[in-house]
Amino acid sequence: MSDATKKEDWTKPAAMAIPKEGYFKVEQGRYGPTFPKTPANYGFTIIAKIKPGREAAIREYGKKIEQTIRDLPDGLAVLKLHYLRWVLFDIGKDTHFMYQGIFDTDFDKYTEDAVALFGKYGINTVFENLEGFPEDWKTNAQSFVKFVREHQRPSFLEYGEYPYVSAEEIKKALRLKAAFSDALDQMQ
Amino acid sequence: MLEFDDIQHILITRVPALTGRYEFLSFKSAAAGRDWLAAISEKVQSAAQVRAGPTQDARWVTVACTWNGLRALGLDEKSLASFPEEFKQGMAARAEMLGDTGPNAPAQWAGGLASTDLHAIAILFAKDAAERGRCQAEHEKLLAKAKGVEVLSSLDLEATPPFDYAHDHFGYRDRLSQPVIEGSGEEPTPGSGAPLKPGEFILGYPDEDGPPANQPQPAVLSKNGSYMAYRRLEEHVGKFRDFLREHGKTPEEQELLAAKLMGRWRSGAPLVLAPDKDDPALGADPKRNNDFNYKEMDPHGYAVPLGSHIRRMNPRDTAANINRRRMIRRGATYGPPLPEGAPDDGVERGIAAFVICASLVRQFEFAQNVWINDRNFHELGNERDPIIGTQDGTLEFKIPKRPVRRKITGLPAFTTVRGGAYFFLPGLKALRYLASLGKGAA
Ligand code: HEM
Repeated sequence: MSDATKKEDWTKPAAMAIPKEGYFKVEQGRYGPTFPKTPANYGFTIIAKIKPGREAAIREYGKKIEQTIRDLPDGLAVLKLHYLRWVLFDIGKDTHFMYQGIFDTDFDKYTEDAVALFGKYGINTVFENLEGFPEDWKTNAQSFVKFVREHQRPSFLEYGEYPYVSAEEIKKALRLKAAFSDALDQMQ
Repeated sequence: MLEFDDIQHILITRVPALTGRYEFLSFKSAAAGRDWLAAISEKVQSAAQVRAGPTQDARWVTVACTWNGLRALGLDEKSLASFPEEFKQGMAARAEMLGDTGPNAPAQWAGGLASTDLHAIAILFAKDAAERGRCQAEHEKLLAKAKGVEVLSSLDLEATPPFDYAHDHFGYRDRLSQPVIEGSGEEPTPGSGAPLKPGEFILGYPDEDGPPANQPQPAVLSKNGSYMAYRRLEEHVGKFRDFLREHGKTPEEQELLAAKLMGRWRSGAPLVLAPDKDDPALGADPKRNNDFNYKEMDPHGYAVPLGSHIRRMNPRDTAANINRRRMIRRGATYGPPLPEGAPDDGVERGIAAFVICASLVRQFEFAQNVWINDRNFHELGNERDPIIGTQDGTLEFKIPKRPVRRKITGLPAFTTVRGGAYFFLPGLKALRYLASLGKGAA
């Protein structure tokens, strides 16, 4: 959990092996056990089979999200993300969708915010191309969370070259660097 | 249209009570429970009744049930199953997630509140102690008739002097910021935001997201109802005052520190509008005392620390989805006041409050789990709510300040959870429906 601040030293690259369940000790969140913070921060890897014939629709959504974020760069700020990766791959005849996210908040804590955002930006519609996605997800955050939890594949190993650093801290450092080189320019 | 004549008054109005009493009840048989419910329902005032003449009334009664209570009354399994998971489990079962651990854990709770035998609460607010005494005697008579309804425990409420404004034992003016329900006829005070859709607080109405969904069944049971999270929080007044003295050299410094913990001066004046010096007239003026935001007016927390109580409990324009996280607060203080300058006397005193919302998991539990107890809320790293967070002496409180911030380490716990429960607050028709369960089934 985030309380491990004292051990969190960004100058020391760190790796963490994670038990099969995805957590070391069961710590209950509002919707079930919460996943731990690792040197690669919080994250999820959701893998689900897509409904047959939906691949093109999913790829199309990639473009839609690109445009959404171009128009509204702060659109996903709530989720405190570093990176999202969306992958399509085949196993035999079936196409699967992998959705990987790395972020700084415990996903469970902000579930309803995430569900509301997804609805707003059309991420929902991608999920609707997945087998088993609950039809009433919009009015039933719990069913959405259940789907995500059932399709979450916990990492068995995570690594951070600059472990535990939040996106906010990175942006702060970059802003400081920019301000500092600006100041140096002024002094020439 | 809100059905004011079916909604229990506590959802809509705050009554001018100075005392009161909560009685926590257990039904030993369904029949006894229903008899009691039928009789007490006659005493419960609707919102319409109280709005028509709150000043003539001398007492106000509210009734609510736990999930175990609904079962004890004989509600069928299908209906029972239609209630939300967190309500079925109850507050005690969700203690770890709520932060109710260590000295706050259900095993330590007073009054049998952690027990599955807790079935109902009768809430009495009264104008004065004499009226409370009269009502208590009336209720005893009623209970004597309804054999098989037991009082697990009770709690007497007392406003703390001076009585001209509401405040808690630490001395903070309270009841300043409250969401307004659309259609209630109430005008939000400046800064309190637009009225919210009734479904955020009352079942059976559209909420901020759209038409009502996943409502408990049958509809007669849930329409005009709501949920209440009860919290009995002991306030360690001696410890709180010692802390202020330890960390503030002058009375002015101590007042400022108290204000920083809360986000408001004890007078109620908001720090955003009065950052350096108290302004009691501002604190008392409803036209001005809630008229502020954070993102524009205090983004870095130089006035109101990011971790202070009110900035956590309603981050206003700095939180996503805020309209889905609001709560109605009701309740009162209990226990005798601790005179200024007196050492702590070890007597329990505090706040016995209800947080009312349409979804416990989305509103109350989110507030507990994230706003109050997430150590990294707002990137604070190692903090929890300084007033009601689960504090074990290892956390800190940071006060942004130029040129360097002030950091207080080893924050003590100023409050302890002494009890709690989740209640379903039925509408008046629903109370009668519950009281008549089993009739006609034979
Ligand atoms: C001993 C316990 C507590 C004390 C002394 C306390 C004190 C206060 C005070 C003095 C205020 C400012 C007045 C106002 O805005 O009305 C306030 C605001 C608030 N409190 Fe508490 N409180 C306590 C417990 C709680 C609990 C348990 C909750 C909910 C889980 C809560 C939620 C809120 C909310 C939502 C606000 C309004 C913030 C705003 O809109 O700006 N409080 N509290």
